[in-house]
Amino acid sequence: MIAWRSTWSIYKRELVRFMRTAFQSVLAPVLTTSLYILVFGGAIGGRMPDMGTVDFGAFIIPGLLMLTLLGETTSNSSFGIYMPRFTGTIYKLLSAPVGFGETLLGFVGAAATKSLILAAIILLTARIFVDYTIAHPFLALLYIMLVAAAFSLFGFIMGIWADNFEKLGIIPMLVLTPLTFLGGTFYSIDMLPDPWDKIALANPIVYLVSGLRWTFYGSSDVSIALSLGITLGFLVLCVGVVAVIFKTGWRLRD
Amino acid sequence: MNEPILELSGLTKVYSGGLKALDNVDLEIRRGEIFALLGPNGAGKTTLIGSVCGLVRPTGGSINAFGAGLDTTWRSARARIGLVPQEMATDMFETVWRAVSYSRGLFGLAPNKARIEEILRSLSLWDKRDAQIRELSGGMKRRVLIAKAMAHEPELLFLDEPTAGVDVELRKDMWRQIDEMRARGVTIILTTHYIEEAEEMADRVGIISKGRLLMVDEKAAMMTKLGLTEAHFALAAPLAQLPHELSRFSVELEKGGTSLRYRGGDGTGRGKAEVAELAKALVNAGIDFTGIDTRESSLEDIFVSLLGEEEVPA
Repeated sequence: MIAWRSTWSIYKRELVRFMRTAFQSVLAPVLTTSLYILVFGGAIGGRMPDMGTVDFGAFIIPGLLMLTLLGETTSNSSFGIYMPRFTGTIYKLLSAPVGFGETLLGFVGAAATKSLILAAIILLTARIFVDYTIAHPFLALLYIMLVAAAFSLFGFIMGIWADNFEKLGIIPMLVLTPLTFLGGTFYSIDMLPDPWDKIALANPIVYLVSGLRWTFYGSSDVSIALSLGITLGFLVLCVGVVAVIFKTGWRLRD
Repeated sequence: MNEPILELSGLTKVYSGGLKALDNVDLEIRRGEIFALLGPNGAGKTTLIGSVCGLVRPTGGSINAFGAGLDTTWRSARARIGLVPQEMATDMFETVWRAVSYSRGLFGLAPNKARIEEILRSLSLWDKRDAQIRELSGGMKRRVLIAKAMAHEPELLFLDEPTAGVDVELRKDMWRQIDEMRARGVTIILTTHYIEEAEEMADRVGIISKGRLLMVDEKAAMMTKLGLTEAHFALAAPLAQLPHELSRFSVELEKGGTSLRYRGGDGTGRGKAEVAELAKALVNAGIDFTGIDTRESSLEDIFVSLLGEEEVPA
């Protein structure tokens, strides 16, 4: 049984918090991504060879979008649950008649919504600098939603795991960003020499970038089925971990 | 008044570090009463509240709320329980109105502007409804915590040290508000280490120390059982020893025989009557005195005495 009013309250409050920090939550990532697109897509991209049937500027759009999505979604979600733990306001949530479902839908739903808003702004802004197309817009939307949901959950787990601000920043900065850069954002895995092209497949972000690129241009380094499977698998794994956290009360209840 | 709203049976909590914060606590709270849980810091008061409110996972015993086990009916029970925490835990950048409205929604109730307005007005927060909580004074922030707890109209309200760190005037204002909540039918459990707060507010008092509930009783009954009258007679001339006429009284000489101390009674007035009889006996025995200082023992004396006994190893 889901208490929808409680879920809606959590969801709404998180979005209000998002709007309250719009400069940091929206403007900063949009500006950073736009600069990447402007420099690598607009300025340098014109002098780069085409990547298959797509010019370089358009080629990097899905990767850059993924880079921002992963970082921002994880950060937003982890802050969403870490801050109440840090300030002590978590007592309200823990003493309320809400369980696993409401908390997850509220926090993760809000984090995913923020990511979708961010993705839409980035894509619209990118259109100013680079001429790109989306071959499968519905699938692209679905894929972005799937990634946003999975990494919102991942961020939620990070926010519960972290017991200081440093730990909160470690995963997005030291793990997600490097893996995304090395995950085919700016190049195709095919361009790597042997054995690096095979080693690169051990990087899970490759499948996410590749999946999103497929929805844009209809071709990618790995099959869309594999990308979708891995994203779904990660989502299910995160749901499982969060379920265990709620069942055991790990780092939530003494 | 006698119907139990909350029943704790053998409630035990041992933290992962080995600290036993609650040790086999049995407690019954009656609907409509104000119950004061009195104890020093670290006695287990907050752990007890946390166990009922879902913040702490008990390691033993059971909790029944509103006639059903909390394990199975936690959703419906929590919807009827409110908590004002000891710490000033609130989103400092949120406005008062939003914070209180959020609390109502979180507990599954439909928005009700009129009810929120009523709560804010009753706590003198209406003028501050659009202010961010960080802009408020400490006392006002504590009122916001109470407003948040009241937003979902709880039947059972926990107030964990509600007046800790607030000035005397505000403390009395809080007592008035607690009284008003009781008048509306809310059952209140408050923890405090201000004895006067328990004396002023509570119908019943529980004394907790080191996780064990040492005593639970009606405030008046506790005074009857453990209350004492103490009187000091300043003697005109020192006495070397007590005359036999005074042997029926619970008296002893002090300050080198210049003062006679009586300690007795039971908090019902018997002590005062005995002091009057003692005064007559002194006059009849020809012992002159220049003054009498009489004092009824307070809840504080009882508290200190109980905790003192607790310190003595068995």
